[in-house]
Amino acid sequence: MTAVDGSSPVEIAPPVKPSPRALPRLARVGSMVLPPFAVFVAVIGVWYLVTYAFLAPRRRFLLPPPHQVVTDGFLDRTIRDEILSALGGTAKVALVGLGVAAALGVAFAILMNWARWVERSFYPWAVVLQTIPILAIVPLIGFWLGYGFWSRTVVCILIAIFPITTNTLFGLQSVDSSHHDLFTLRHARRWRRLVRLELPSALPAVFAGLRISAGLSVIGAIVGDFFFRQGDPGIGRLIDDYTHSLDSGPLFATVIIASLFGLVVFWFFGLLATLITGPWHETGQRPPP
Amino acid sequence: MRPAPTGTALSFHRIGKTFPDGTQALHDVSLTVGDGEFVAVVGPSGSGKSTLLRIASGLTEPSAGSVAVGSELPGYVFQDPTLLPWRTVEANVGLLAELDGVPKEERRRLVADAILLAGLTGFERHRPRALSGGMRMRVSLARALTVRPSLFLFDEPFGALDEITRERLGNELLRLYLREQFAGLFVTHSVVEAVRLARRVTVLSARPGRVLAEIEVPFDYPRGGGLQFDTAFGRVARSVSDALRESFT
Repeated sequence: MTAVDGSSPVEIAPPVKPSPRALPRLARVGSMVLPPFAVFVAVIGVWYLVTYAFLAPRRRFLLPPPHQVVTDGFLDRTIRDEILSALGGTAKVALVGLGVAAALGVAFAILMNWARWVERSFYPWAVVLQTIPILAIVPLIGFWLGYGFWSRTVVCILIAIFPITTNTLFGLQSVDSSHHDLFTLRHARRWRRLVRLELPSALPAVFAGLRISAGLSVIGAIVGDFFFRQGDPGIGRLIDDYTHSLDSGPLFATVIIASLFGLVVFWFFGLLATLITGPWHETGQRPPP
Repeated sequence: MRPAPTGTALSFHRIGKTFPDGTQALHDVSLTVGDGEFVAVVGPSGSGKSTLLRIASGLTEPSAGSVAVGSELPGYVFQDPTLLPWRTVEANVGLLAELDGVPKEERRRLVADAILLAGLTGFERHRPRALSGGMRMRVSLARALTVRPSLFLFDEPFGALDEITRERLGNELLRLYLREQFAGLFVTHSVVEAVRLARRVTVLSARPGRVLAEIEVPFDYPRGGGLQFDTAFGRVARSVSDALRESFT
């Protein structure tokens, strides 16, 4: 076969509004980094103000100044090793919990998308599970599964599974009907339709769910630490210990480390979404906040 | 749906369609498209033109009548290009062959041929978002070409394009038609487009759609780009317009 008219097409893509990507790299990085940095400086300033202007010296353990948190928490080798070791334990629980929640949540959403009766039968119970205060069922989990790693992981799964399930289901059900028609015309079977159409189409929604669930799984792991104290201590148990010993410098350092860990996990999934869906989906174009 | 008799690519016999909400889209529509024949259907909005194509393709079941199709899997070009945004042009063009289970090597050859035929060379690695509306429609056409159907169903494929792109793609479609000799049923709002492309124009009434007129277009192929400025063309277009106007009375 040869070209119909031998000519190349002359149509060009419509003009695109200049995106932040078109800005010079330095200005772009600056516009991303400066605003949160300014807020950070302001928070540190207010922190010092409250510590030194509003708290009497004997009450400053309630809010030690930032430099004391750094020296007592981050620069003290023993404390730092203790925090990092606890962070490792919590990270393991959070990541295993998130992985299991993601696998179960996506599988559950696929089943609900395939069969309306599955959705009608199970979705209301998933909502009920979501509305039960997690602290109310944590002791039960301890009774049933013991007080170690797997109980903490189950707490993570229970907290993290709902956003992944609902977002994936939304993504699977939002596939363009004309795309479905295209597959129907070729008599595409269920599995082929899932792999080639529904899952890729749902990816932006899946990642949105993963980002929410990633933050929740860190919370779940820390909550689990508070209740299930067998095995290696996690961040939650460390926070509890420092609270009881009024060790406020290490306590604040631990809280900051836990927050940073949640932030890193959240960012990681934002970055992953940008890498995977960025070349073709609008939301993937935006840099993670 | 049953196979069409020899020499017939598509045949509707007394087709009626009423949707579950009670909307009657089509009433007693009979229409035949011969092998290698290009037929256009014009009609006002809501006259059931797209429903007719969906019935021909098996996407929608008729409420009454029967349809016979010569090709088991007709090519279907939607009004929207319906490209998968995560796939490159090349991967989009190869989608139907992939769904049909065509072996990889054979698929690669079909895709390369279709890309060349549709004038998409050099754009293989682009994603749909980087293309203009006209280019996306070319990809959609190229995709339909890979399965080499003997019958093509076109659902207002150029409806969303500007006039110049529309005319240009119409001319290219005619060249493809002459080269591949497929049968085509082309749904459009545009009288000029229908007369310029088709050998025969069927005019549907307002809802529920029924056949008001079938008008032969007496111009031989290949048709020149300036045909629509010819006096004889104006006469045929006028008779289609008159029939269309009847549909509103």
